[in-house]
Amino acid sequence: MSSLSLAVRDSSTMLRRNLLHARRYPSLTLNLLLTPVMLLLLFVYVFGNAMSGGAGRAAYIAYVVPGILLLTVGSTVVGTAVSVSTDMAEGIIARFRTMAIHRPSVLVGHVVGSVLQSVAGVVLVGAVAVAIGFRSVGATAPEWLAAFGLVVLFALALTWIAVGMGLVSPNAEAASNNAMPLILLPLISSAFVPLHSMPGWFQPVARYQPFTPVIETLRGLLLGTPVGSNGWIALAWCLGLSVLGYRWSASTFDRDAR
Amino acid sequence: MTNLAIAANGLRKSYGDKVVLDGVDLAVPEGTVFSLLGPNGAGKTTVVKILSTLVPADPGTGAVHVGGHDLAAEPQAVRAAIGVTGQFSAVDNLITGEENMLLMADLHHLPRSEGRRVAAGLLERFDLAEAARKPASTYSGGMKRRLDIAMTLVGSPRIIFLDEPTTGLDPRSRHTMWQIIRELVAGGVTVFLTTQYLEEADQLADRIAVLHDGRIAAQGTAGELKRLVPGGHVRLRFTDPAAHRSAALALPGAARDDEALALQIPSDGTQRELRSVLDRLDAAGVEADELTVHTPDLDDVFFALTDSGSAPDLPNQPNRSTEALR
Repeated sequence: MSSLSLAVRDSSTMLRRNLLHARRYPSLTLNLLLTPVMLLLLFVYVFGNAMSGGAGRAAYIAYVVPGILLLTVGSTVVGTAVSVSTDMAEGIIARFRTMAIHRPSVLVGHVVGSVLQSVAGVVLVGAVAVAIGFRSVGATAPEWLAAFGLVVLFALALTWIAVGMGLVSPNAEAASNNAMPLILLPLISSAFVPLHSMPGWFQPVARYQPFTPVIETLRGLLLGTPVGSNGWIALAWCLGLSVLGYRWSASTFDRDAR
Repeated sequence: MTNLAIAANGLRKSYGDKVVLDGVDLAVPEGTVFSLLGPNGAGKTTVVKILSTLVPADPGTGAVHVGGHDLAAEPQAVRAAIGVTGQFSAVDNLITGEENMLLMADLHHLPRSEGRRVAAGLLERFDLAEAARKPASTYSGGMKRRLDIAMTLVGSPRIIFLDEPTTGLDPRSRHTMWQIIRELVAGGVTVFLTTQYLEEADQLADRIAVLHDGRIAAQGTAGELKRLVPGGHVRLRFTDPAAHRSAALALPGAARDDEALALQIPSDGTQRELRSVLDRLDAAGVEADELTVHTPDLDDVFFALTDSGSAPDLPNQPNRSTEALR
């Protein structure tokens, strides 16, 4: 068997294993979706009028949904970090290491499973957003497709980082703490308020982090706001984080068994 | 000359300043059971981890071949030849026993139908068919260990590492495990077994090596090892102090234990020596209340090799090779 088909075959076996876990124990996945849904409802119905600066709740729904969708990705990958860390403590991982299988397939299974979970989560949260009045006005089919691709790419990037965080964490609690920035970063991005409304000293913090350009790009694709250079910056962040996360995870996993 | 399934020269491993293995040589012929015996912390698990490619050996190590493949140069070829059941259960607790087996079948790239057949066969053989659809997390310790070994066998490995396979099992599960190991060997598989139970090594192993302080303190068959240490004796016990005293006079070579009212006479356990002891007792007109023959066993070897202290001779310690003659 060629090494590529071995890699594909073992990775899909590992993916099946992870999907089996997710299906058997859906509570973790569903719990993680609570955060973005609660934030969505809170910001729309409680803070909506104030946040929109008088433009009204409907306008604020349109503004906040892209950020909430990407926060969903951040929330899902915290779960990934936890489940990777838990999984690594299981004896079965040592067994995998003594088998003639494609080594990274253990991680690839986690990553692909987590990306699928992220996308499913985004769809579910998106459905809630539509139910409370979110409408994507004037987005064309290619823009929809691009928006979907962006979500997948961003989920891939964050997942690889989260897998690395899970691998270096000695236990589930540590993994959850280590991955916390992935759910805190969107709170200090342009998800809830525009950059220009933030204090001047803070604006660079919000601007030069992965969430803001990805959110701005998604907003542009779904609502027709200007994307500008954000598209390329978002793409660069996604690719950069994916490569970094993969390298980090693979080398951590290859080190001696814990 | 038979081929060696495992050949290791000068296995070395240190963790920081702590030397765990200080030049261990191993030679395990194909189709035999080799037992690595040692107290907790002797480095048994480290040997298994190195030979099963989990951790690399230190640079000073000589050539190591497993299944004919160089451990350092061809780790994937080694992995394809071996099956490992570690000390801690290597099953996926979140999924069922059957799903665990099918996972192994998929990772060994068996065709779907063959995978199902092999999984069902092994589940049946290890008495897990009934529990096959239950999550592995609900299994008892013995069931988990059986599932663990069943998973190891999915790829029909020629060399199997079992790291303390019966630690923590009840006596019945332990005997089941021994039976499983005997069947494996009957099928031509090489078994590398670590254990801290001397009886287990005695029961199963063709060759035994005693690991102590990072080195092989002794190795050979159980019989060869037992010959290394003296320790055979006849033990007489009395209830009447007077009888004890007169017996001691009749048997001048005996070691006296006045507190237990016992005598211990060095003996190789042959009929002739036993008779001479009985004749002298008869001549002195004393009768012992209990007579036991103690032949040296692996306990004696073990304690003699791993500790400079005395061989154990505690009357309360049940001993397989001690037969009571009343």
